This record gives sequence, C-alpha cells and structure tokens, in this order.
Amino acid sequence: MGLYMKFFSMHLKSQMQYKTSFYFTALGQFLASFTVFLGIYFMFSIFEEVEGFAFSEVLLSFAVMLMAFSLAEMFGRGFDLFPRMLGNGQFDRALVRPRSIIFQTLAMQMDFTRLGRAAQALIVLIYAIPASGVHWSPDRFFTLFLMIVCGSLIFFALFMIYAAFSFFTVEGLEFMNIFTDGGVQFGRYPFSIYGEGILRFLTFVIPLALVQYYPLLYLLGREDSLLYMFAPLMGTIFLLPAYGFFRFGLSQYKSTGS
Amino acid sequence: MKKYFAIFHIRFVNTLQYRAAALAGLSTQFAWGFMLIFSFAAFYRVNPNSFPMEFSHTVSFIWIQQAFLALFALWFWDDDIANSILDGGIAYDLVRPINLYGKWFSTSAAKRLARAVLRCIPILFVAFILPAPYRLILPPSLLQFALFILSTTLGLGVVVAFAMLVYTSLFYTVSPSGIRVMVMVLGDFLSGGIVPLPFFPAPVRNVVELLPFASMLNMPARIYSGSIAGMDALSGILLQCFWLAALVLIGTLISRRVLKRVIVQGG
Repeated sequence: MGLYMKFFSMHLKSQMQYKTSFYFTALGQFLASFTVFLGIYFMFSIFEEVEGFAFSEVLLSFAVMLMAFSLAEMFGRGFDLFPRMLGNGQFDRALVRPRSIIFQTLAMQMDFTRLGRAAQALIVLIYAIPASGVHWSPDRFFTLFLMIVCGSLIFFALFMIYAAFSFFTVEGLEFMNIFTDGGVQFGRYPFSIYGEGILRFLTFVIPLALVQYYPLLYLLGREDSLLYMFAPLMGTIFLLPAYGFFRFGLSQYKSTGS
Repeated sequence: MKKYFAIFHIRFVNTLQYRAAALAGLSTQFAWGFMLIFSFAAFYRVNPNSFPMEFSHTVSFIWIQQAFLALFALWFWDDDIANSILDGGIAYDLVRPINLYGKWFSTSAAKRLARAVLRCIPILFVAFILPAPYRLILPPSLLQFALFILSTTLGLGVVVAFAMLVYTSLFYTVSPSGIRVMVMVLGDFLSGGIVPLPFFPAPVRNVVELLPFASMLNMPARIYSGSIAGMDALSGILLQCFWLAALVLIGTLISRRVLKRVIVQGG
C-alpha cells in the first residue's frame, strides 16, 4: 500500500507539471459529461417523466454512474494500456518483478484528468440529492455510498476483462466499450427503460443494474426490502469471474517476443 | 487534382486492411444503436404527441448515425497528421510539390470513407431487416435519396475541413488534447450526436441549426429520414455548401500563414 501511495504521488506530480494541459483536459472531460447532462435536460424539457422516473430522479442515476465510472477510470487506466504493454514486450519485464501483475498495472498509470468528470458528477449529485424528493436517512446515504463504490468496482472488473482479452488477441477489443463507455452513457437513465430483456442482462450477466436501478428504487422508497439496499454488494461478486478470467488469460500468456 | 485522388486512393485501400477491427466495431455500434433507440422509445411511450420528430424518423436518424459514424464523428482523430506536426515529419511533406492542405484533406477524407464503407454495409443491411418500429426505412422518394447522397458528401467535407482547423491549431500548442477534446465534444453535441437537433428547445435550436456543426451529421441523417424535405432540404444543402467553402477558405489561409513561419528542428 505504501508503494502504491508513492506511485500515486509520483503520477500526481508528473501530471501537474503540465498544468495548462491538465486543466484543459479535465475541462474537456467535464464538458463531455456536461453535454450528456444537457441531452437529459433537453429531453425532460419536452417530457415530464420516463417510465415513472422524474428529471431529478434520473439525475441521481446519471450522477452515480458517472461518479463510479470516473473513479474506476482514474485508478484503473493502467488496464487500458495493457494491450500496448503486451505488444511491446514491457509485460515480460513486469512478470519478473516481485509484485503482483495487477498491482503493477494499476501503478503504471493513473489519470487525474478524470476528476473533471467526477466534478460534474458531484455537482449533479449536490443538486439531485435535495431535489429528488428522497427522504434522506442514514441507511439511504449508505445505499448511495454503496452504489458509487460498488459501481466503480464493477467498472473496474470490466476494465480487467478488457485487459484479459488482450492476452488472446493482443489488440484491444472495441466491443468492451459497450459495457464500459456504454454503461456510463446509457446508465444516465434507470436501466429499466431499455426493456425487460436488457434489464435482466444487466442484472445477471453484467450486473450494472445492481448498482443503479435496484438501489435507486430503494432510495426512492418504492422498495423497502433490504435486498434492494444491498444489491450493489451482490454486484461486486462480478469481480470474481473477472479476476478468474484474468488469471486464466495470464496462464495462457505467450510473449510476443519483441 | 489527380495526385490528391491518388493519395485518397492509397489511404482508402490501406484502411480497408483492418477487417477484424471493423468487425469488432460493428457489434459495438449495433448494440449502441439499439440502446439509443430503446431510450427514445421509452420517451415516446410517455407521450407520443409531444415527440418532436416522427418516431420512424428518429430511428432512421440513429441508424444512419451508427452506419456512417466514421464519416461524421468529430472525435475520429487522424494520428498521422498530428504526429507529422509533432515529430517534424512535416518537413518531408513540405519539400514535396503538393499543397499540404490538399494532401491532408484527401488523406483524412479517405480514411473516414474507407472506415465507413466497411462498416455501413452490414449495419444498413441488418437495420433494414429488423422488425417494424426499429427498422430503418427507405427515404420517402428517389429525389430525397439523391439529396441525401449530396448532403453526405458535403457533410463529410465540412467535418474534414473543420477537423483541419483543429490540426492546424497543433502548430501553436504542442499538447493539444485539451482543446481537441473540448471542441470535439461540443461539436458532436451540436451536430445532434447525443440528441437530434429537433429535441433541442426552440430558441437554442434556431441558433444551433445555423452553425457549421448542423451541416455535419444533422443534415444528411435528417434528409435521409425525411425529417427535412423539399425546399428545406435544398436550403440546408446550400448552407452546407456555404460552410464547406468558408471552412476550406479559412483553413487554407491559416495553413498558408502558419507554414510560412514553421520551424522544423533538425535531428
């Protein structure tokens, strides 16, 4: 952990060297999610609700997903570089070092410009928390906390799967984007609006709905069962198959030789 | 002119080589298109009357957007051009007897077209045979289809000409990612990439429809679906011509000025 903190401050310092570039990129990130927010706003200036969710309630799910994603991206960016690491042989060097592969991957890259997105999420959250009409109580705040933390763990697991695929293909796979970028893009609305089939898929296969739709129902007081409150924790079980797949990929690894 | 077509041709064939990447991209775009359509369908179910476009138009818009993503997406970034500016490779280009702006314009356009050709056929094919409300329908008339083709060509021109302005900004700032991300993101939004322009509130929309971004994805996709037809389509195409001419003019002027002063460090 101490070593990770060292890497943390190293990356922070190195990115802070180019301050203008850093702020511009962070601003760009902010703007990117801001246009998505505007899209939601425009839709709700025409329609009052969607599938029984009002504007401020939708904003809750938007902000939670955005926050979870930006946290996962900030710390899990190393997985993004994984295909390149395999391709240029850097990975072979990592294998001989006495630290776990995942640790080294994470320590290799951290991207603090993602704070731009997190800031957007925070602002929307600050607006939506009072505006959503939720009767806030400690257990509901705890649920919100679980949604964000477990959400970023699931995104994290998805990044890990993305990296694991590159053991077999060497190239990165674009289709994983539909779950990562798509998860945050489409997670702006509660997943139930996409229909029964997709909701089921996002519950049992890629459990993104477990950190968004079900606990949201609990927050809004539409479901009282503790099952809904602790749904995000169940979602984190997803880390196990993701990690297993990564280990499997690792065991199949053959160096590209360069 | 011939040499620019030759450059176009080389790039085109070169990009066609990456078939596996195109296949992976395809499945993503399908899923993406479906999710978008489902989200609009959910709003449509709430109140069909206040839906500002016909639902079938929205569906067509989304499929055209997905099929021709490579043509119109502003965030496709031509690394070769950027790198030649950043690593000094531009020096080779400058000694060749061709106009740099023309060369870059044709390579970018070719790259986009080649990617789009690979991707659009399967997407369009499947989108045509989907069940009813989600199906891509044919344009209302042959004339409308002809206008769509014309508008697509112009739209591609406007996108490339606009991207060229961003590339030239590289001469001034070496670390461009911030400005690039901002411009691209905003442009995508204003061309209807997130929600089509008819969903914008009226006062905003009146302004946005005149911007160059409205001449990108917005115009061809809406002409195809029939959401813009007849005289409106013609005046839209005129607006596209205007922006294409204006952006190319500005781009040439800037690049000429910049190239006079460019210093390539040796090494």
